[in-house]
Amino acid sequence: MSTDAQEPELQPEEGRPSPLSRRTFIAATGTATGVAVAAGVTGSGTRPVSATEDVASELADGTTSRVSFLLNGRRQSLVVDNRASLLDLLRERLDLTGTKKGCDAGACGACTVHVDGRRVNACLTFAARLDGAQVTTIEGLTPDGDLHPLQRAFIEQDALQCGFCTPGQIMSGVACIREGHTGSPEEIREWMSGNICRCGCYVKIVRAVAQTATGGR
Amino acid sequence: MFPFTYTRATSVHEAIEAGERGGRYIAGGTTLVDLMRETVERPSALVDIVGLPLSDVSATPRGGLRIGALARMADVAADPVVRQTYPAVAQALELSASAQLRNMATIGGNVMQRPRCAYFRDVSAPCNRREPGSGCSALEGYNRTHAILGTSEHCVATHPSDLAVVLTAFEATVHLVGPEGRRATPIGHFLLPPGDTPDQEQDLRPGELIVALEIPPLPRPLRSGYLKVRDRESYEFALTSVAVALHIRGGVIHTAKVAAGGVGTIPWKLPAVEQHLVGRRPSPDLWGQAAERAADGARPLVHNGFKTELLRRTVERQLRIVGGRS
Ligand SMILES: Cc1cc2nc3c(=O)[nH]c(=O)nc-3n(C[C@H](O)[C@H](O)[C@H](O)COP(=O)(O)OP(=O)(O)OC[C@H]3O[C@@H](n4cnc5c(N)ncnc54)[C@H](O)[C@@H]3O)c2cc1C
Ligand code: FES
Ligand code: FES
Repeated sequence: MSTDAQEPELQPEEGRPSPLSRRTFIAATGTATGVAVAAGVTGSGTRPVSATEDVASELADGTTSRVSFLLNGRRQSLVVDNRASLLDLLRERLDLTGTKKGCDAGACGACTVHVDGRRVNACLTFAARLDGAQVTTIEGLTPDGDLHPLQRAFIEQDALQCGFCTPGQIMSGVACIREGHTGSPEEIREWMSGNICRCGCYVKIVRAVAQTATGGR
Repeated sequence: MFPFTYTRATSVHEAIEAGERGGRYIAGGTTLVDLMRETVERPSALVDIVGLPLSDVSATPRGGLRIGALARMADVAADPVVRQTYPAVAQALELSASAQLRNMATIGGNVMQRPRCAYFRDVSAPCNRREPGSGCSALEGYNRTHAILGTSEHCVATHPSDLAVVLTAFEATVHLVGPEGRRATPIGHFLLPPGDTPDQEQDLRPGELIVALEIPPLPRPLRSGYLKVRDRESYEFALTSVAVALHIRGGVIHTAKVAAGGVGTIPWKLPAVEQHLVGRRPSPDLWGQAAERAADGARPLVHNGFKTELLRRTVERQLRIVGGRS
């Protein structure tokens, strides 16, 4: 275990064989080449080979940081490689894969989460900068695991096809409603433009946001 | 991405000391993180400045506007003083990037942002900005979005900021603090055209920190606005853009401030357009005549010839929008 004071719910159960998920399978098959390449480059066992690698303890060279922040209402205290993005930390270490990686460059919005109540791109957020922050992901949108009204609206409006952009759309939409940028379909389109939908579900996404903003059906 | 150390500066003094030792400032991170991931940027030490108390937005005593360098784009755009006194600032910000990015990005970082040229971002391509002397891939490459003004044989990338176009039109001042103390410089001198040294993008000395941007007071009543033309309606950089401010009194234009974006290697001030407007009475013909001068000196590349005419039309349209109201 690499982290201290870790919420057990956020880690895959240890010591118990679990069925191989699609995700684990892809990760496992991808690792063989990755490790071979990285080992050749670093030539040392202590240097983390990638930004998302678990870090056992702070490295003396200062390239790791200790951070403590609230993630979906629970405290996370851990050591991170300074290069790790919040997005990779969520997906690769904390097993919160609801937040998606599209472009990894701020250009698609798939990774949208809330930091201190504001929608941001997790791909452009270094995890090392989160000390003292409050982070909410799609998994923590409602405290009890119920669906948020905007999630229900997405289902009712059929506002998705492949669903890859949906968590980002919903996190962005919840903030958009909170900010009050929902006066007209045009205003919603503009203020939701940071979330690209390759399946082109924009009309229904706008309807779902509008429906939730007015509290109607 | 290459490994780096990370520290949070707790005071401006501490930041400057770290900056002088070679530390790289990180504010919103929306340019820097992206370019570090592409290994275009390879800082070995990051100094986090976002916690410093430099985010105030305030009217200056004589009616100008001072914006702290660490104010977020979203907060500045929403600020009632900004919206009331310089609506073009709010418009340029709200037409920039996305709601998410504007929540992260700062005003200082916005002015400091680096080119979006695809060859600059691709470390396998020659690029004089990234690697001086290696050549400019855009000169003979795909240069549809590149500059037609202020270019050199060494670089033709545009300055991507929308806000900087407004700041250039309004002749804003950049306030800096560094190891040698405070200084202030006009934005028109701060942002550097590529010339023979395309890797030097700003007049920023080692360790210097932008602390604020200040728009001087302009005569009232003032009409101002920002128009942006792009390939898609939102979440896209400008093909052309223009910031206009007009002070019209007694039916005559007394002050005109005009600058264009998307066309220059730096935000492009249009003095010929301004001079043609001052002292004349607003009329549809005047907007057209003034706009004819917008692309003076333009040197189009193979794929961006359309920008010359698009620039003239963008300027004419915005002059009509801002000046045409009675
Ligand atoms: C997908 C996408 C779309 C975008 N679209 C637009 C657009 O349409 N219009 C537009 O204008 N911009 C656009 N941007 C750019 C965005 O506005 C900038 O990335 C942002 O403003 C940079 O600010 P930051 O605080 O995040 O800077 P950072 O990334 O933190 O820093 C950028 C640079 O500035 C330096 N720096 C930061 N603050 C200071 C300071 N106070 N003093 C000295 N140096 C400093 C840093 O060292 C670094 O070199 C877009 C960006 C993305 C990713
Ligand atoms: S993955 Fe973050 S914006 Fe695309
Ligand atoms: S539903 Fe497929 S990308 Fe939006």
